[in-house]
Amino acid sequence: MHAVKRQLVMALMGALVLLVSNVCFGTSIPDKITINSIQKYYDGVSFNHAAHINNLKDCGLCHHHTTGAQVSDPNCIRCHKNSGAQAVVSCKGCHAAEPFTPEALKRQKDQFPPIYHMDKVGLKGSYHLGCLGCHKKMGGPTGCQDCHKRNVSGDVIFHSNIYAPKTTAEPKQSHH
Amino acid sequence: MIDRRDFLKGCLACGVTAASIGVVGKNALAAGSFEGYPDAMGVLVDLTRCVGCRSCEAACNNEQKLPDPDLPFDDQSVFKEERRTTAKAYTVVNKYEVADKDTLFRKMQCNHCNEPACLTSCFVNAYTKTKEGAVIYNSKVCVGCRNCMIACPFNIPAYSYSSPTNPLIKKCIFCYETRLKNGRPPACVEICPQQVMTFGHRSDLIEMGHERIKNDPSKYVSKIYGEKEVGGTSWMYLSSVDFDKIGLDNHMQNEPIISNVKDFLGMVPMVLSIWPALFTGIHLLATKNKGEHGDHDHKEGDQQ
Repeated sequence: MHAVKRQLVMALMGALVLLVSNVCFGTSIPDKITINSIQKYYDGVSFNHAAHINNLKDCGLCHHHTTGAQVSDPNCIRCHKNSGAQAVVSCKGCHAAEPFTPEALKRQKDQFPPIYHMDKVGLKGSYHLGCLGCHKKMGGPTGCQDCHKRNVSGDVIFHSNIYAPKTTAEPKQSHH
Repeated sequence: MIDRRDFLKGCLACGVTAASIGVVGKNALAAGSFEGYPDAMGVLVDLTRCVGCRSCEAACNNEQKLPDPDLPFDDQSVFKEERRTTAKAYTVVNKYEVADKDTLFRKMQCNHCNEPACLTSCFVNAYTKTKEGAVIYNSKVCVGCRNCMIACPFNIPAYSYSSPTNPLIKKCIFCYETRLKNGRPPACVEICPQQVMTFGHRSDLIEMGHERIKNDPSKYVSKIYGEKEVGGTSWMYLSSVDFDKIGLDNHMQNEPIISNVKDFLGMVPMVLSIWPALFTGIHLLATKNKGEHGDHDHKEGDQQ
């Protein structure tokens, strides 16, 4: 009796999981992702992955071919038409956090085959080019601090807020 | 005494020597045109990506320990007018409204020419083109003559006019001392959120730039600005609009600035070494007879 009940519960849960993740077929899709690759100057971002999945319905828009989604770029299709889902799908799995170190430059140049993926942007670039590019098209937030608030050391190097330069009347006087 | 025949022979010999020096000199100069150090680094600036956040200006100010700016680096009101680099700002971003295209932002800093005109113009040899590609200068020997400001085709070197005792030239040095020397990208490249700037070997970047144009010909104008301009620059640009419309001179010569004066300067040693000998010979020949006649006349006069 207990066994039957357990099986029923399991089946129900399974159906629920399938319903929730009916868009992308992955093993574990996080609802929220904390992005803090530029926490030196900006607070981390709690990225609402689930909301973006529901809005876009197409994993390939951000994850290219790695989730097994159909790719549309004619250049990508040449190799990845049926390449299926990859083991690594996270942004930071492919996009280097530090793309311009001598080692990273060498890795990029030495990769095989030496044709595509040669001009792969770094992690920060991939976030901003991807997110901001899409936000501009879709009417999402586009201001820097709409997504991540600048922290104190950010204010220091931007000479902003309490670190703003003292405004003097000098520039106005110079016009007279 | 030189007779007429000897003089003509001498002239012929001189002429042949001069011509051969001229020919050798010309060949040497032509072979000497420099296309950059083989492992030189560079930066490919893709202006289609820039959003005008001015992070690069902030990072540059911080890295080079420049004086406080007049306005915060997140103040967008600076875009009202076109700015140039100053002693307080080695890089500036300008905004360009281009008809039927999006607003474009263009970052500017020293382009680190392969054959820098500033270096050529500097008579105290303050400038150096390093093997990593940076054009750096020794402020200790700079006398503040501002020749380089006139020579630079991109209007980059700035002058610390505010310093009353020791005004000097100030410009971007590719973060050479703190970063490039150790294989690290400059501060502006590292902070850029949009990866507008790609740091790498110059030769790879040229390939990469052409590949980007080829893959998306509707997005880019078909040219890498700086690949050939004034003999090639370490910093190069990709744009979606004509470079003239974003404040970059699109009709710049492909030859380095030095080639405008190289032929003339090559003649100077020849003139200096041959002309004195030639004219001394002519002078001697012309005055020899005259002198004899003169002496003769004098003697006659004395006798009278």
